[in-house]
Amino acid sequence: MQERLKELQEEAIQKIEQSANLKELNDIRVAYLGKKGPITEVLRGMGKLSAEERPVMGALANEVREAIAVKIESKQKGLEEAAVLEKLASESIDVTLPGRPVKVGNHHPLTRIIEEIEDLFIGMGYQVAEGPEVEQDYYNFEALNLPKGHPARDMQDSFYITEEILLRTHTSPVQARTMEKHQGKGPIKIICPGKVYRRDNDDATHSHQFMQIEGLVVGENIRMSDLKGTLEVFAKKMFGEDREIRLRPSFFPFTEPSVEMDISCKICGGSGCNVCKQTGWIEILGAGMVHPNVLEMAGYDSKKYTGFAFGMGPERIAMLKYGVDDIRHFYTNDVRFIKQFSKHE
Amino acid sequence: MFVSYKWLQDYVDLTGVTAAELAEKITKSGIEVEGVEILNEGIKGVVVGHVLEREQHPNADKLSKCLLDVGEGEPVQIICGAPNVAQGQKVAVAKVGAVLPGNFKIKKAKLRGEESNGMICSLTELGMEGKVVPKEYSEGIFVFPANAEVGTDALALLNRDDEVLELSLTPNRADALSMLGVAYEVAAILGRDVKLPETDLQASTEKATDYVKVIVDAKEDNPLYVAKMIKNVKIGPSPLWMQTRLMSAGIRPHNNVVDITNYILLEYGQPLHAFDYDRLGSKEILVRRAADGEKFVTLDDVERTLTADHLVITNGVEPVALAGVMGGANSEVTSDTTTVLLEAAYFNGAAVRKASKDHGLRSEASARFEKGVDPNRVRPAGERAAYLMAKYAGGEVLEGAAEVDTLTVEPAVVSITLEKINRVLGTELVMKDVEEIFARLQFSVSVEGDTITVTAPTRRGDIKIEEDLVEEVARLYGYDNIPKTLPIGSSTPGRLSAYQKKRRVVRQYLEGAGLYQAVTYSLTSEEKATQFAMEKRDTIRLAMPMSEERSILRLSILPQLLEVVKYNSARQNDSLAVYETGAVFLSNGTDVLPVEKEHLAGAMTGLWHSHSWQGEKKAVDFFVVKGILEGMFAKLGLSEQVEYVQAQVEGMHPGRTAVIVLNGEKIGFIGQVHPSMQKELDLKDTYVFELSLKAVLEADAPVLQYESIPRFPSITRDIALVVNRETVSGTLKEIILTAGAPLLKEVQVFDLYEGDKMEEGKKSIAFSLKYVDPERTLTDEEVTKVHEKVLGALEEKAGAVLRG
Repeated sequence: MQERLKELQEEAIQKIEQSANLKELNDIRVAYLGKKGPITEVLRGMGKLSAEERPVMGALANEVREAIAVKIESKQKGLEEAAVLEKLASESIDVTLPGRPVKVGNHHPLTRIIEEIEDLFIGMGYQVAEGPEVEQDYYNFEALNLPKGHPARDMQDSFYITEEILLRTHTSPVQARTMEKHQGKGPIKIICPGKVYRRDNDDATHSHQFMQIEGLVVGENIRMSDLKGTLEVFAKKMFGEDREIRLRPSFFPFTEPSVEMDISCKICGGSGCNVCKQTGWIEILGAGMVHPNVLEMAGYDSKKYTGFAFGMGPERIAMLKYGVDDIRHFYTNDVRFIKQFSKHE
Repeated sequence: MFVSYKWLQDYVDLTGVTAAELAEKITKSGIEVEGVEILNEGIKGVVVGHVLEREQHPNADKLSKCLLDVGEGEPVQIICGAPNVAQGQKVAVAKVGAVLPGNFKIKKAKLRGEESNGMICSLTELGMEGKVVPKEYSEGIFVFPANAEVGTDALALLNRDDEVLELSLTPNRADALSMLGVAYEVAAILGRDVKLPETDLQASTEKATDYVKVIVDAKEDNPLYVAKMIKNVKIGPSPLWMQTRLMSAGIRPHNNVVDITNYILLEYGQPLHAFDYDRLGSKEILVRRAADGEKFVTLDDVERTLTADHLVITNGVEPVALAGVMGGANSEVTSDTTTVLLEAAYFNGAAVRKASKDHGLRSEASARFEKGVDPNRVRPAGERAAYLMAKYAGGEVLEGAAEVDTLTVEPAVVSITLEKINRVLGTELVMKDVEEIFARLQFSVSVEGDTITVTAPTRRGDIKIEEDLVEEVARLYGYDNIPKTLPIGSSTPGRLSAYQKKRRVVRQYLEGAGLYQAVTYSLTSEEKATQFAMEKRDTIRLAMPMSEERSILRLSILPQLLEVVKYNSARQNDSLAVYETGAVFLSNGTDVLPVEKEHLAGAMTGLWHSHSWQGEKKAVDFFVVKGILEGMFAKLGLSEQVEYVQAQVEGMHPGRTAVIVLNGEKIGFIGQVHPSMQKELDLKDTYVFELSLKAVLEADAPVLQYESIPRFPSITRDIALVVNRETVSGTLKEIILTAGAPLLKEVQVFDLYEGDKMEEGKKSIAFSLKYVDPERTLTDEEVTKVHEKVLGALEEKAGAVLRG
């Protein structure tokens, strides 16, 4: 009987080890440990044993059952783990496949440039002033020291609607309007971005509509050195700390003295190349001290107040900064073009 | 203005300053030098040759076989294609081994079987522009004067061993439109002297006034008219040095008399005109305004119809010149001319501008009058021209001149304090620095205490006020030397206005929703200007458009945005989402500024979302676009104030369009472009919106205020309603919200069925209703009570019944 039990134990353990899945294992459990199983059967024959032998046999039988149960349990655990692993393996994906795209648009490059400049000057205490694109001749020219018949009006052939109304040729009328609104008092620090229009045929470097950003600072004791310092901050922030600036005398009817600002050429570092026409410098903006006539016309006492103004073209800046070769790209709105300006640096 | 470096040395010593260095100095002190052209760059090996023999090429009609002495012992044979080559000429020869512009190397060659050892050159082959080459040589080679020395450098003889500075002049610096003006500027920059040209001559005993009388009727337009007389001139070519100087400056040589007037124009900046005295037909010059409708043939043989705005020079009866602009064919100097009446005059800039503009005749002369000539240089210029005519045209200059002079010339006298100069510039100059600068400019000064009084010469008509002096000081002191500071004094807050801030929010939001920003033109065609316009207004048309396509100010943005869609679709970008913000222009009648309203427009077409390998695709439809707008309004806190009302909008799909209503006011529309317009523009289904951004950004949103988060659970009831097909969900939602208040917090449409399982003319809409009480947990009975009320209202007001 004792041998029979040992035999059963070995037989069961062998089968358990060989079982391949949970169902087989369960069948083994029922077969060996169930009420109709061989162990139970063995125990039924215990009646024939002596009183001394019975507890020994009983203990042995329980040992065998226990051993089988433990084996089953450990086998079950193993099988379960394997099943989980198999399931996970079957769930594996190709992580290199592309993700579900999130469509995000972006600013037009000109807006990008304009906002960048706005933010830079806001940080220096400027406000953003806007004005109408259709202007009175007065604000566009006369208030800016460009009376009718002034030769400098030739510099900007204009789109007139009537004799007195035209599409603004620069954003300077916003300056004239702002000064007028301040009624000759207090400091002004504004920048004025916006669309302007000139009678030019559209080609790679000309556009009948383009953007401009102008700045104006009026106060007591505003000096040309302040203009120079301000422009340097702007140029370094906008184009890089390593860029040099150079001011050259120039002429605008609304400023005196007038200035043109160049920055050192990024491409050649100043030694001369095609981009800077061999000069090492690239023209970026025009500026100057506000002409006393302009101050007086807007109601400011030019003995007490001085000011500086500057103006630049976002198209030109974008073309230089990003290497855009044709101004018409900005107005064709080819998405393949606009898309390129999504990245933030 | 083209300035020859060699020629400039007639007036200023340029020792130790190269052309490139000079250009840099001029640029930095106020006149931009756009470039320096080295005239003989890339050319070598061109000498003067003598054509010893010329015969027809045996095998080619158009070629000549020439034998030339090029100063190297044995004569060389050269085949030449120029029609004007002839025996005895002195010509420019590119020898074998020479290099011509464009790195064109001259080699030994055989042309139609004949050996050619070099090339006889035309001026254009030597790098000169065709338009400045004298007419007689324009079709062939250039011929030197007979005294040209064989074997010498031909380019030097042509003054090509020179550099030309191209000055870009601003309107205030008309003084630099002459070699003398540039000389004064350069002298100031370098601190050197100016040497004036030679004018002294032996005048004849005859008097100019015996030959001609000058009368000026229009003294305003012509305060000074000087007529000099030169007799016995021999018309011929001007000296080679003069021709080459003219050519380097961009002017084509004609003959000695005309060349001299042009030379003086360049040298003094004073335009002159030479009349053939014998062809004038009178002994009188009368300057007057033209009569309206008066006819006149200018020397370009075009008949001009004049008006009373135009100033003319007449012989007392008929015009002989359009003052300051162009002479007449009737009095032009020809090869037969022997007596020249030389005009040196001061014409008012405005009068000249009017005439040159009206007749489209802009010339070197008119440009100078328009910008203002130096009144004190009129007579010297005339004297100098007469001197040159005597010297180079064999003329006899009569004594004096016939003239009318009502010109008062007063130099500008301006005072300024040193303190002001330093205050404006931010510098710390002392009076000695300032005095020295004006001395270099040859401005006379007097100093009293802190004040300096400056008398500017008349050539510098731009000096009028204190600030002009500040500028002179600044530019000659050097902009580089001005310190860098930042404004001091009361500070101003730097910030965007609420409107500007919200506009940025809108842009960011739309881009986050997948739209790209476009910027299109404000000017458009008559047809497009009013398409999709939300208000009927007169169109605003340019007085002088450059094209019909860009002649009217837009009343809406969409037509241009649809062009953008079309452009991109045609380039395989068929899934597209773009928006634009910008002004539209609403007329307020003529002579007043239009209302400029900032609009926002968007256009979307193709796929909205796709993830190809997962088979996911969502095409743009009305609700995609509406969802984007709803999100925008939510972002701005305006959701509760916005409604969408089904509507008909011209150009839009009649069944798929809504107007957008903000607080009871129509502010825009949304929908699908009308299929017929889509077809016309070759677009696929395109959904668009346009609205007044101004109205949106100016609308008051509720103040942001914290609302407590509900602590009690909500109860949700779903209902499916059967209603007439025409009943819109918005109406039902409104009924539900009203009837369910205050416990009903949210209503959502979650199903729509219009299929054939429905009774004819009916549809089913399912809503999910969420009831909440912030104070306590609702019981089923309480919700049922309100819910019954909602169902009752739906049935009563919309005939909606629960779907069985």
